[in-house]
Amino acid sequence: MALLEIAGLRKVFGQVVANDHVDLTVMPGETHAILGENGAGKSTLIKMISGLYKPDAGTILFDGALRNFNNPREAIVAGIGVVHQHFMLIPALTVAENVVLGIHGGWGRYDRKTAEEQVSKLSKEVGLPLDPTRKVEDLPVGMQQRVEIVKALYRQAKLLVLDEPTAVLTPQETEDLFEVVHHLNQDGIPVIFISHKLDEVRAVAHKVTVMRAGKTVFESPVGSASAQQLAYWMVGRDIVLQTQRDVVQSGATVLSVNDLTVFDDRHTKKVDNVSFAVKEGEIFGLAGVDGNGQTELVEAITGLRKLAHGSVYLQDKDISRASVAKRIEQGIAYIPQDRQRDGLVLPFSIADNLQLREVSKAPFSKGGWLQKRAARKHAEQLVEEFDIRPRNVDLPVGDLSGGNQQKVILAREMARRPMLLVAVQPTRGLDVGAIEGIHKHLLALRSEGRSILLVSLELDEILMLSDRIGVMHAGHLVAVYNNGEVSREELGLAMTGEITAKEAGA
Amino acid sequence: MKRLWKALSLPLYAVITGLILGAIIMAIAKYNPWSAYGSLLMGAFGNPIAIGNTVSGAIPLMLTALGIAVAFRTGLFNIGAEGQYWVGAMAAVFIGYNFASMPWYFHIPLALIAAMVAGGLWGGVIPGLAKAWVGAHEVITTMMMSYIAILLAHYMVEKGPMMQQGFVPQSPPITSSATLPTILTNSNLSAGLYIALAAVVVVHILLFYTSFGYKLRAVGYNAFAARYSGLPVALYTVLSLGISGVLAGLAGGVQFLGVDYQLTDTFQSGYGYTAIVVALLARNNPLGIVLASIFFSALSSGSQMMQITSGVSANMTDVITGIIIFFVAADRLYAYILRTFRKKQVIAVARKEVQG
Ligand SMILES: Nc1ncnc2c1ncn2[C@@H]1O[C@H](COP(=O)(O)OP(=O)(O)OP(=O)(O)O)[C@@H](O)[C@H]1O
Ligand SMILES: [Mg+2]
Repeated sequence: MALLEIAGLRKVFGQVVANDHVDLTVMPGETHAILGENGAGKSTLIKMISGLYKPDAGTILFDGALRNFNNPREAIVAGIGVVHQHFMLIPALTVAENVVLGIHGGWGRYDRKTAEEQVSKLSKEVGLPLDPTRKVEDLPVGMQQRVEIVKALYRQAKLLVLDEPTAVLTPQETEDLFEVVHHLNQDGIPVIFISHKLDEVRAVAHKVTVMRAGKTVFESPVGSASAQQLAYWMVGRDIVLQTQRDVVQSGATVLSVNDLTVFDDRHTKKVDNVSFAVKEGEIFGLAGVDGNGQTELVEAITGLRKLAHGSVYLQDKDISRASVAKRIEQGIAYIPQDRQRDGLVLPFSIADNLQLREVSKAPFSKGGWLQKRAARKHAEQLVEEFDIRPRNVDLPVGDLSGGNQQKVILAREMARRPMLLVAVQPTRGLDVGAIEGIHKHLLALRSEGRSILLVSLELDEILMLSDRIGVMHAGHLVAVYNNGEVSREELGLAMTGEITAKEAGA
Repeated sequence: MKRLWKALSLPLYAVITGLILGAIIMAIAKYNPWSAYGSLLMGAFGNPIAIGNTVSGAIPLMLTALGIAVAFRTGLFNIGAEGQYWVGAMAAVFIGYNFASMPWYFHIPLALIAAMVAGGLWGGVIPGLAKAWVGAHEVITTMMMSYIAILLAHYMVEKGPMMQQGFVPQSPPITSSATLPTILTNSNLSAGLYIALAAVVVVHILLFYTSFGYKLRAVGYNAFAARYSGLPVALYTVLSLGISGVLAGLAGGVQFLGVDYQLTDTFQSGYGYTAIVVALLARNNPLGIVLASIFFSALSSGSQMMQITSGVSANMTDVITGIIIFFVAADRLYAYILRTFRKKQVIAVARKEVQG
């Protein structure tokens, strides 16, 4: 018998029909993947299953009973554990507090020691070890996700739902997560798994359902669906993820980083004496396992973090001590890693977010007055060009799907035709169609002679786009290669620190 | 239009619930709520003079609440507006009884500017810098500064330089050249009304039509994203608290040039606190603040009449205010109740669909 049976689910937001006639059946012990474009309605479906939204129509049958959750709590009590696309943790509390929070009802005393022991034990058992005493705000995203998973399991979830879990994970962390999913399945706990990556779906899921424009349009066992078939059902056209990189004469040096040393907030040396340069019309890919100094390096270049030593030049100007605003003005654009925290003002409309960095300048304001019409026009153009859906520029960005939020940032930063674009994981959370589009945009910028510093945890993306590839390990830039002169294996070795200090074509 | 209604509906529910619960309490205490509210209404709006006094009472609330709303919009909580009001009042009164030879068109603006500068420095710049430099939380600093302001005011009129000759602890009255004219005979309503309304319009324009206001709001909603976009967050913190204090100081100035004329040694206006409720009820919307401040002013100006004619204690209006505060703060509760109600309808529909 099915554990979860959804029939005819529907949800409307104003003009947007986010879910319509959605059917989904999940059997015990299986992993059921949901695929679909950005804005197809996956997260909306999950939010209805977990009691965050009320369905407008349709039924949810879970564990043998018809369910009408009034709030997430009721869904949790029923046994539905959800890790949302954008986490719902309380940053100021510790790991243990977040896990245990709310479970003992409002009046019980919080027994810190027991809670910490329990959390530590449980997290080890499921294969996601955690330090229960750390504050959640100090944890990297990958770890925060562990907290969410452990939290769900602590509440004795009978079903675990993961909304785009791998978008924030490194390849290694993704492997670990799949291991956990397998174990859960063996214990009879089914998992709903949302992803944009077909290979992941193939690796972990038994069944796959495809959503398109709010409807479930296709369901099949994973083994009997080809990649082409799935992609076709998702976007309604064939996708070629093979972008052509035309030859661009790289020119003068745009960014040069010299002997840079940077410390993080806990005063550990995170970037150690790094030097490199990015030229006009060049994409410089920065590869590396997460946490090897890429974040701090990028923050030092964009002005968000002080340099301890060394210098950063944009063309021939020393910007080592320039403010963020100054650097933006000089032509640096930046796509940050955490879109909701650093990239967007969620209650602001799409149009307002698209002018965030340049609001004081023409055409967005004149003599201090906002030019709303110009902002709208600008926004309408970008929404079209970057395929941000829905096309309504007055919509608060917080109401957009995760992938479309990402597109808003991309549109804002790329539209400025920056001299240097620093892009951290630019295609995170985007569907294949959208990734194709963004890659084209990046290459078009390059053809115009702009420079791009691309930081990505995905080797495929780095290999597909970069002219040169630098590898970071433990704060050092251990190697720089010309793309085409290095194999995946060699890159992999460099990333783990097996190869050191090798220079190529710098 | 729909959006406007949505924004208005929850505060409206809060007010209505407050009034209904107030009525129930009166009924339990064996008073007739109808006649009590009737006399409250008469006391507040029954004749032109009553209306004038009600509107007059709304002026300082309006200005102070505007200031609090600006801070809220930037994500800051200015809890010390009461003190900023008093330093504004002191500055205005000081200028007001000196410079007797000045013509009114210099004297009044000078007094008001002094009030604004004093309020801005007190409430904004000092706590703002403390927050920007050492991270001292503005709730604590503005509140502490508020206590200091009130004690300073006591000193000024009891033993200090602003004490009038004689034995009564009060300041000299301001000269006629510094007095805001009354615009409705026999009422308290002064030309300060125009100043308050102008401030409402200016703040509205500032917040929603200038790039400066856009940045204030951006910092308020997401300081991280603001910083990533090159906005100097610390500077905007100081500016926002500064504007907040300027408006509270102006409230004190207008009140003393238009209504009170001299400082006596009771320094409890309560405007700084009621204004927090006004700003919350109006959801930091400048135009909403006009309505909300008139409402709260009416509650207090009508309460005397209510006490005289129907015997209900004037304090009853404080109870109503309390209930409204509770429900404004708890407006999530309304959202919840509304949702549950809608859900029941959904379930009913779903059942029908399942059954046939
Ligand atoms: N709270 C909301 N208010 C208004 N519209 C919403 C809201 N939440 C979602 N939507 C809209 O519903 C549609 C589906 O969004 P949803 O988040 O479910 O997409 P998704 O499939 O999860 O996409 P992604 O892969 O980008 O995360 C989108 O058009 C989105 O803009
Ligand atoms: Mg989503």
